[in-house]
Amino acid sequence: MVEAVGSGALTLAASKPELPGIDDFMPPEILFQGTPFAMNRIIFVRFIAMVVILLLLGVTAARAKLIPSRWQGAVEWLLDFVRDSIVYEVMGELRGRRYVPMITTIFLTVMCFNLCGIIPGLNIAATATITMPLVFALWTLIQYLVTGVRAQGLGKYLKQELFPAGVPWPIYILLTPIQLLEMLIIKPASLTIRLFANMIAGHLLVAISLAFAQFYIIEASNKLLALAGVGWFALGFALTAFEIFVAALQAYVFAILSTVYINQSYPEVD
Amino acid sequence: MDIITLAEVTGSISIVGYGLAAIGPGLGLGIVVGKTLESMARQPEMASKLQTVMFIGLALIEVLGLLGFVAIFIA
Repeated sequence: MVEAVGSGALTLAASKPELPGIDDFMPPEILFQGTPFAMNRIIFVRFIAMVVILLLLGVTAARAKLIPSRWQGAVEWLLDFVRDSIVYEVMGELRGRRYVPMITTIFLTVMCFNLCGIIPGLNIAATATITMPLVFALWTLIQYLVTGVRAQGLGKYLKQELFPAGVPWPIYILLTPIQLLEMLIIKPASLTIRLFANMIAGHLLVAISLAFAQFYIIEASNKLLALAGVGWFALGFALTAFEIFVAALQAYVFAILSTVYINQSYPEVD
Repeated sequence: MDIITLAEVTGSISIVGYGLAAIGPGLGLGIVVGKTLESMARQPEMASKLQTVMFIGLALIEVLGLLGFVAIFIA
């Protein structure tokens, strides 16, 4: 009996489940190979998500009525949420009005791209490689630099950022390089890393759970292990639900941090 | 296998490193959420404002944990 269990464990160890890895995020090119426009699976997912966003919002806007239907009400609630709870809450209405379109674009795009990770058939978040979050982060970087220069002038803006007031001057030797690094690198890099690492981690968690579930229920020879497979499947289901939450949360965090960074470019004393 | 080798593990030590690196942000997140809850219980009318600030804080702390996650793939 003991030997039978032991050998069962051995055959299990010999044939492993097909675990996902980092290769999931570097899929082979499927369209336009060899041209600069070569597309792989993830870029294709991005195109699908983009078309879906444009169609949904475009049709809703074209059919907008004074008395909103239920769907129009939901879309308007989302837009109101971005405007009131993200932009106006942080910046106030006067400053914020200019940035509502940008933050809305970032929020909706990031959220839809994140949600691709849990839609069957797409199964990978379009933001799960570094390029897409990087584009949004660079947009934010340019926007807050431009805002700072426009609101205060170049000299004053740099003075506020690099030489914060109320610090004894020898500290500037340490503080100024750190502030410069933060302004140009750390802020956009942290935005990028937060988003894509979250998406990679979420995809790996869900995929590993489901791979184990498939392996234990279908492929494992020991049928008792199917119970463990059911457990893994329940975990995968729960993690998928958690991924929906994370998708919305990361979109919210990205949008609100962009707003905060832009708001910091304005003069501190009102 | 040597006679003194009791157990053998294979794999990357960086996984263990990531586990250690996740302790700090974990503590930080706990403190942030706990303090926010405390403040919300004391001042319920400030809840929405506190929540906004809490999410900003969560995001800033979270990136520390994720840096370790990225480092696994770089190393």
